[in-house]
Amino acid sequence: MTVKELIELTGAEDRTPDSDKTTEVTCGYTCDLLSWVMAHGKAGMAWITVQTHMNVIAVASLMEMAAVIIPEDIQMEEATLEKAKEEGITVLQSSRTAYELCALMAKAGLPGEA
Amino acid sequence: MAVLLEKTFPVEAGAYGTAGEASTNIKRTLKQLGVSAEVLRHVSVACYEVELNLVIHSLGGKLILQVEPDRVTLISRDVGPGIPDIARAMTEGYSTANEEARTLGFGAGMGLPNMKRNATEFDIQSEVGVGTTITMSFALKG
Repeated sequence: MTVKELIELTGAEDRTPDSDKTTEVTCGYTCDLLSWVMAHGKAGMAWITVQTHMNVIAVASLMEMAAVIIPEDIQMEEATLEKAKEEGITVLQSSRTAYELCALMAKAGLPGEA
Repeated sequence: MAVLLEKTFPVEAGAYGTAGEASTNIKRTLKQLGVSAEVLRHVSVACYEVELNLVIHSLGGKLILQVEPDRVTLISRDVGPGIPDIARAMTEGYSTANEEARTLGFGAGMGLPNMKRNATEFDIQSEVGVGTTITMSFALKG
């Protein structure tokens, strides 16, 4: 599934309209402990987290993730969005809970492991 | 062996906002040098963890990147406060991170174990009141 298809699937709002939406999403994940994500993150991952600070983008970029999804309409700080644009990371915002997003992604066939 | 490239990146204590910048720069530099995706991933994880450790735990320090034909070496050197019990610090799940760091999603006690897991060779030297030096190397071939 591409990032574009992920947006259609989740109905999430695209907070980084200029990022590449043809990137392939390889798997899904949810976790808010950044060190844990550094240990378990994969390239092409769609990562759901309630964290909204700059380091989210650093982790997503270093892991070459496909997208970061912020659940429950939590607002990401402007500075973080700026950083995401700089690094070419897609940030999506959804009114759904992390659980609902995982369920949707899993149902669509997105695995937990790349 | 001849050092092809050496770069130093200062890391400020408590600078959570800019944490990860040195790691991003290092990754970019290595990518430009044609380092493989697998090695790049190992270096990135270890580098980010050690950079975050400098931000969270140290009184300030620097990251030194050295590239040789057969290996990449990362050295983290800080000016204190030093680690009293290295064996305990190396234990997965043990963390002395403060509340601010934990609120940001750090302090899982995974930093040092993550570094050791990703580096080909890992060495940590620390003296309380003096500082900590972590040396990690990553093999580029075989």
